[in-house]
Amino acid sequence: MNQNKYPWVKELGCKPCCELKPKIKIKNLSLSYGKRQIFEDINLEINTGCVTGIIGPSACGKSSFISCLNRMIEVVPSAKVSGDVLIDGKSIFDSRLDLNELRKKVGIVFQEPTPLPLSIESNIILPLKEHKFDHISERVEKALRDVGLWNEVKNILKEPANYLSGGQKQRLCMARTIALGPEIILMDEPCSSLDPISTDVVEKLIHDLKGKYTIIIITHNLAQARRVCDFVATFWYDGEKEIGQIIEFGRCIDIFENPKNKIVQDYVGGLKG
Amino acid sequence: MYQLTKKNKDFILESVLTINGLFSAIAVGLIFIFVTRESLPAIHLKGWAFFIDKSWYPLEGQFNVLPMIAGTIFVSLGALILASPLGLFSAIFISFYAHGSLAWPFRRVVELYAGLPSVIFGFWGLMKLVPMLNEIRPPGQSLLAGILILALMIFPIITLNLMANFRPSSKKYYRVALSLGMRKSTYIWSILLPSLKQQIVGAMILALGRAMGETMAVLMVCGNIVKMPTSIFDPIRTLTANIALEMAYAMNEHRSALFFTGLILFLLIFVLISVADFWRRHESWKE
Ligand SMILES: Nc1ncnc2c1ncn2[C@@H]1O[C@H](COP(=O)(O)OP(=O)(O)O)[C@@H](O)[C@H]1O
Ligand SMILES: [Mg+2]
Repeated sequence: MNQNKYPWVKELGCKPCCELKPKIKIKNLSLSYGKRQIFEDINLEINTGCVTGIIGPSACGKSSFISCLNRMIEVVPSAKVSGDVLIDGKSIFDSRLDLNELRKKVGIVFQEPTPLPLSIESNIILPLKEHKFDHISERVEKALRDVGLWNEVKNILKEPANYLSGGQKQRLCMARTIALGPEIILMDEPCSSLDPISTDVVEKLIHDLKGKYTIIIITHNLAQARRVCDFVATFWYDGEKEIGQIIEFGRCIDIFENPKNKIVQDYVGGLKG
Repeated sequence: MYQLTKKNKDFILESVLTINGLFSAIAVGLIFIFVTRESLPAIHLKGWAFFIDKSWYPLEGQFNVLPMIAGTIFVSLGALILASPLGLFSAIFISFYAHGSLAWPFRRVVELYAGLPSVIFGFWGLMKLVPMLNEIRPPGQSLLAGILILALMIFPIITLNLMANFRPSSKKYYRVALSLGMRKSTYIWSILLPSLKQQIVGAMILALGRAMGETMAVLMVCGNIVKMPTSIFDPIRTLTANIALEMAYAMNEHRSALFFTGLILFLLIFVLISVADFWRRHESWKE
């Protein structure tokens, strides 16, 4: 890739891996829970191999938004989605699409570390077996190495995953997602329950994953967004229309250095939200 | 004015709960002492004869309790073996496969089952089930009839218990499993049920306890002949039915012998609960 074509990438010390080619196209996406509209007509393009941050205050619909992208939103019975999401040009709402394949392709890491109540290795093995992978143990080791957990857990693979610390659990959850070889990884405030050291490890991990995967990360931590993101979308709750909106989307450096929107200026300046 | 501080409130609540707990413990203790005291004369008189007498002939002073212990154990274990999968599958079906409008009536029916008086089960068993069994193999009133009726009575206990346990843990892990592209069935069999081993055994123990203590329904369908059963079509008499049948006219050593059978029932259930508790502790230590 041509590094000079995307100067901000270098400026931020990021890997020159971003490609300005949309991986995900979100078209007029609207969501309501029952009668309550959460967001309306969202249009957004997520570039291949980039880290796209989603920032904004609580309860404006960020989590709901990303859970539309792997259709996890359908777990909520009252949720109604309209509009379209295209991944590599194909609609994820296509009735012929295999939902489990979609979720394999679009992995998610939740806010709270949520290892399954199984052993450490089973947490990775079970999803791998579900998707009929072979060379299971090699894949487990590789995934654990990718998240920097291998040396910590290689001797306790059969112990319950609940024995791990918060940071280790979250990295295990990431390993579990990566092991399935996704193309896109969604992260919903992955560091919000972690201590600073674990947060650091996770951020490094995101740096390493960049380029290989298209990453969307929600974060409340603006400094973190600034450190890890290539692009940033700012969500805001519009009090008048009573819906969430993307009020500004752009390159990370633009959002933080000279945002156009007044609210964003105040928000990244630490005055609002 | 005297104000209730937070600490005081805590203290009052704690005292009430402690007194409550003490009260039930004392009640059980008193019942145990009473039953033991009433059975002492028979124990003195008969001793090991309870287990080696010819049979249970109260009028001849013969009091072998073994056939009834066997009857109780066979009928309740048999019922448990049938009721466990039935209860488990019902719970899974209602919680995960019955759609909204279907789940509600199913749940209500199971709750109704759990609350139905045993005499109704017994009555139905006597009028319908026993004649049917009689056609297969007379006399119809049998160990099998008891097992079937008891299984129907206790499976709702297992179902309701498990359904209550499914709710809290399931939401979180279900979401995780789906997000990894796993099927519902993988989630249920490989994640949910293994994580609920203790609760499943707990529900089974509760159901087994209920089955062992059940009196009316088994009395109506089991035939009540005191004999070691050699097949599931043989009539049996359980410890509970024995007490219910004879208490009204029993006197002296006969009466005391009946208390002894009550004591045995008491001990059986005590052993059952202790074993379950021991296992549970052992399991939770592993976690
Ligand atoms: N399952 C749900 N049912 C109904 N309302 C919900 C549900 N989940 C979230 N909401 C509501 O939707 C709004 C957006 O929530 P969320 O997407 O979690 O926001 P964020 O992640 O930005 O904090 C909130 O007001 C929340 O109360
Ligand atoms: Mg959220």
